[in-house]
Amino acid sequence: MTIRVVKPGLLTTVQDRGRYGYAHLGISPCGAADAMSLRIANLLVGNEEYAGALEMTLLGATLEFEEKAIVAITGASCECKAGSNRIAANAPVEMATGSVLQCGSTTDGARCYLAIQGGVDVTAVMGSCSTDLRGRFGGHEGRRLQAGDVLHVGQPGRARQRRLRVDVRDGVRGAGAIRVTSGAQRDWFSSDTYAKFLATGYVVSEQSDRAGLRLKGDAVETRESKQLLTDGIPLGAIQVPQDGQPIILFVDQQTTGGYPKIANVVAADMHRVGQLRPRDEVRFAEISIPEATDALQAQERWLVELWQD
Amino acid sequence: MKIVPASDSSVLVEFGDKIAPEFQNGVLSLFHGLRALADPRIRNLHPAYVSLLVDFDPLTLTHEEVTALVESLLGNELPASADSPAEVAIPVCYDAELGPDLADVAAHTGLSTDEVIRLHSSASYRVSFLGFTGGFAYLGGMPEILHTPRLGTPRRAVPAGSVGIAGGQTGIYPAETPGGWRLIGRTPLRMFDPRSEPPTRVQTGDLVRFVPIDHTEFERLHREQP
Repeated sequence: MTIRVVKPGLLTTVQDRGRYGYAHLGISPCGAADAMSLRIANLLVGNEEYAGALEMTLLGATLEFEEKAIVAITGASCECKAGSNRIAANAPVEMATGSVLQCGSTTDGARCYLAIQGGVDVTAVMGSCSTDLRGRFGGHEGRRLQAGDVLHVGQPGRARQRRLRVDVRDGVRGAGAIRVTSGAQRDWFSSDTYAKFLATGYVVSEQSDRAGLRLKGDAVETRESKQLLTDGIPLGAIQVPQDGQPIILFVDQQTTGGYPKIANVVAADMHRVGQLRPRDEVRFAEISIPEATDALQAQERWLVELWQD
Repeated sequence: MKIVPASDSSVLVEFGDKIAPEFQNGVLSLFHGLRALADPRIRNLHPAYVSLLVDFDPLTLTHEEVTALVESLLGNELPASADSPAEVAIPVCYDAELGPDLADVAAHTGLSTDEVIRLHSSASYRVSFLGFTGGFAYLGGMPEILHTPRLGTPRRAVPAGSVGIAGGQTGIYPAETPGGWRLIGRTPLRMFDPRSEPPTRVQTGDLVRFVPIDHTEFERLHREQP
């Protein structure tokens, strides 16, 4: 079973959970920017939750199905059509043999996900089929999809399609400030600076990508004039370079770096970072590590309770 | 040594605040100790000059458990293999075309370009750690006279194999990436191949030497790469 890429959209890549266990070689995790939407899409079509699927950014792809297939679209809202029929999001949908799926622009977030029953079948590299755009490996030929690419779909397992019993959009999108815990170099910043950082609304810059979201707003002043010795960067670290404009380091991030990290996005809100668009305003709210862990556990319970059966 | 939470899913173990062999050995010994556990709840290890970031699954491990695990491994001896590091020779063509900042480094250091090449290729460098991007080796041991600040404005694309200097550091870009290091030459060797095991040509702890080659040899070796 194959799918032909008619139009690739703005930035469409194959992603899964990500590539873990190789940071000591300088290799980023990569993986879905909004892992929660990836998981829901895969579960809808009956795949293993982290199977390889397509991540589409801002403008979706147009895909021709050479055989019939069960698909599901999740994540940011995006008008999808097969011919003149609108395709519902957040539900399993059958695409007929020879049909063409046209995904439009995302309206309330940056990324939508297309899972296909059987999963996108690419050769796993270091245990993951995620595309490493900077390293040019993984995914489909180590790059974003192009017109004319042919994707292979794996054999569907015995798993059956599932249906949601609630509208997941609000749960996925979340509300309010992005929650953070204090960063490894929090003490490089004065209490006043830290309070100001938490009170400031930042705008996501156009120069943002999967490696980092550059924010624009009141400059964050570093108290220390010393230079940080390069150290490891956790996923979601918010680093402050010399110009004081914070950067959220994200899934394609460098594994080590030399700027102080003031705060870190909590695991439970990482998928929300993946839905931030250029020009969105973002604020941060600090919580404790036990609160962050509670939030993550609550989110995992929510994911289990979404289903009709 | 101190252990600080870096996020809800990681702790940063800091051995010191300046580059020194005892701190680097602390990082390496803890890194090897944690690797040997092969605990699936520990997702990633990021060794650096004087610290190790331990990234874990917060649904199955707590900060307290990770801290206890780290403390139980402190003071472990380095594995025997660390006492006899592999020596890796990296051929480098120092032509102006492949090392566009060689003349700037010479001007900054007050040396001739030939002296820069001779000094850079006569030292032995220890791989402190790999980071930044797949296979990028941070090398310690560059002669002090070669120290040159990085570019004011980074290049948008540095060709793969470029050998650069940034302050007291020297390293090789394994893939084409943006970068602000001063480029003094290029190796024809492929430093990173995701399909090889291991995927990186040099490993943490290895000793690296640069061997000057001419442009003809560069082209010949370049053609032989997979």
